[in-house]
Amino acid sequence: MIPSNKPVLSLGSGLRWLFIAGVMAFLYLPIVVLVVNSFNESKYGHKWQGFSFKWYEKLWHNDALLEAFFNSLTVATLSATCATILGTLMALAVYRYRFRFRQSASALIFVVLMSPDIVLAITFLIVFMALGIQLGFWSLLIAHITFCLPFVVITVYSQLKGFDGNLLEAAQDLGAKESQVFRLVILPLLRPAIAASWLLSFTLSLDDVIISSFVTGPGFEILPIRVFSMVKVGVSPEVNVLATLLMLISLVVVIIVPLLLRRKT
Amino acid sequence: MCNVTESKAFETGVTETETTVTQPDTVIQLSGVTKRYQAQEILSGFNLAVHDGEFFTILGPSGCGKTTVLRLIAGFEPFDEGSLMVAGQDVTLVPAERRPVNTVFQSYALFPHLSVFDNVAFGLKMAKVPKSEIQSRVDEALAMVQLQEFAARKPEQLSGGQKQRVAIARAVVNRPRVLLLDESLSALDYKLRLQMQIELKQLQRKLGITFIYVTHDQEEALSMSDRVLVMQDGRAQQVGTPRQIYESPANLFVARFIGEINVFDGVVQRELGDFQYQVLLSGRYTREVRTDRKYQEGDAVHVMLRPEDLRITSLHGEQKRVGFSGQVLERNYTGQTLDSLIQLDDGQQLKASEFFDEDDPDFDYRINEAVWVDWVHGWEHVIPKQP
Repeated sequence: MIPSNKPVLSLGSGLRWLFIAGVMAFLYLPIVVLVVNSFNESKYGHKWQGFSFKWYEKLWHNDALLEAFFNSLTVATLSATCATILGTLMALAVYRYRFRFRQSASALIFVVLMSPDIVLAITFLIVFMALGIQLGFWSLLIAHITFCLPFVVITVYSQLKGFDGNLLEAAQDLGAKESQVFRLVILPLLRPAIAASWLLSFTLSLDDVIISSFVTGPGFEILPIRVFSMVKVGVSPEVNVLATLLMLISLVVVIIVPLLLRRKT
Repeated sequence: MCNVTESKAFETGVTETETTVTQPDTVIQLSGVTKRYQAQEILSGFNLAVHDGEFFTILGPSGCGKTTVLRLIAGFEPFDEGSLMVAGQDVTLVPAERRPVNTVFQSYALFPHLSVFDNVAFGLKMAKVPKSEIQSRVDEALAMVQLQEFAARKPEQLSGGQKQRVAIARAVVNRPRVLLLDESLSALDYKLRLQMQIELKQLQRKLGITFIYVTHDQEEALSMSDRVLVMQDGRAQQVGTPRQIYESPANLFVARFIGEINVFDGVVQRELGDFQYQVLLSGRYTREVRTDRKYQEGDAVHVMLRPEDLRITSLHGEQKRVGFSGQVLERNYTGQTLDSLIQLDDGQQLKASEFFDEDDPDFDYRINEAVWVDWVHGWEHVIPKQP
C-alpha cells in the first residue's frame, strides 16, 4: 500500500457519482416504478400506455378496498393511542415507583418484544378462542395494542432514564403535588418520546400482516390483508395507487416528526 | 448524640465568645432518627438541633449519611424511626411539597423546558401567589443573584455558576424557614467555588434564613459555617463552631478529617493542678500539657498538634535541646508556608507548616538536616486515648 494522506479507497469523481447513483437506484427505483405505474393507463405494469388518473378513480370507487383502508386507519389510530397511554403509564410506574413485581414487569415487556410475530399471532388466537372473544375489530385492536406496547415502554422509559433524577424531587420540593409534578414537569419533558412512540405504534399497526391475519375475522378486513389477498391473483393497478398514497402519507409523517422533536430545544 | 459532644468540656478549653447564655431558637430538631436502606442502617438514633438563622454545615466523608439527613429533612425519604420538628411543628409525616424548607440540589435540577424566570417562579405558582407578586418577587430574587438579564434564557444556555445561582434563587424566592444545600458548590471549578462561598455566606446573612449545607470539603465547611456537624458512619462525631472543631477535635476521626494533625501517644504521670498535667510522650519525653478535662495518673491520652503549631529549630552547634530530635525528610515550598516532613528518632513522622516571616525570608531546610521539634505550651490538644 502506498502511504498517502488520501483515504485508502479514493475513487475517481466519475466513479463516485456512479456509485451514488447505483445506491440511489437500488433504494428508490422500485418506488419510482410503483409511482409511475400508478399513473399508467395499462393494466399491466410492463408497458407504458399513457398517463391516466384512471386507477385513482377506480380506487375511489373500490368500496371494499377503501373500507379496509379506513378500518386500518381506525385500528392504527386507536391502538397507537391506547398503547401510548398505557405504555407511558407503565414506563412511569417502573421508573418512579417501587412495587413488588417491578422487575418482572420490565422483563416481561422484553418477552413480548422478542417473540416472533408468528408466535404472538398463535398465542393471541388461542387466548381469544379460550375466552370466547369473536375475531373481528376488538380482537384485532387488543392484539395491536399488545404488540405496540413494548415499543412505547422502551422509548418512554429510555427518555425517563435520561432525566436528572432530582428534577421530580425539585418540583415536589417547590410545592408541586404528584399530579402537578406529572402535568408540569414529566409530561412536557416526555413530549418528544410520547410523540415518537405514537407514530411508531401507528406505523407498526398499519403494516402488520401476520398477527392481523390470525386475529381478525371475515367481518372486519384491514388494508394489508386485503392487499395481500388482491395480489394473490395478480397485482392490480389500484394497489399501486394505494401504495403511492400510503407513501405520501409516510413522507408527510417523516417531515412532521423531526419538527415535533425539535420543539424540545 | 450531637448535644453531648458539644459539651462544656470544649468550651472551657476554647477562648471563644461562643459562651451563649440564652439558648437560641431551634428551627430543626431531629430526634432518635433511624434510617435503613435494605438491611443497612444509614442512621441510627441520630439527633440534631439547628438554630434559627445560622449557617449550619454537615461535614463528612462520602457515605457517612450526611445527604440522607438532608433528604429526610426535605421529605424525600420516609423516616424508619424518629421525628422531625421544623419551627416547632412536627412534620415527620408531612410530604415534601408541604414542608417549609427548600432544597438546592447538587445537580441544580433546573427544569430544562422552562425559562430561568419560570424556573424561579415555579414554587410561587404552586403556592398560588398572585401574578403581580410573582413578577416582582422573581425579579427581586434574580436581582439578588445578579441574573436579571437572563430571565428569558433556558437553563442550557447558562454556565455552571449561573445555573447554581438560578437554583439558589428558585429556592429562596419561596422564603423557606430553612434552605437545604446538597454539596451545592462541588460541581464548580476552584476559583468559582471560592467566589460562591463568599456569595452564599453573604446571602445567608442578608436573608437571615437558616442554611443547612452538606459537604465533604472541610475547608468549605470551616470558612462558611457558624456551626459544623462532623459525621462518620451515620453518627455525629462532633458539633461546634469551626474553631472548636479545628482546635479542639472531640476524637481522632474529627482531628484527622479536619486538616492535618500530628498525634502523640502519652501517659499522664502527675497532676499539676488547674487542668495541667505532666505527660510522658512516646514513652521518652516528659512534657507539661494543658487540657480541658480531668485525668487520673496513668491515663493514656492522645496529644495532638496541628502542623502550624510545631516549632522547628535547626541545630547549629550546642544549643539548649528542647523537645524531640529528628531530621528533615521532605520540605515543600508552597508560597505562603514552608511545609516539612520530619522523622523523629523513634521513626514517627510529623508534619510541620511554618510561615515565612520578615526576619528570615530565606529560611529553608536541607533534606536530612537535624532539627528539634517543639511547641508553645498550651497549644496542644489532649483527648483520652482511643482504641
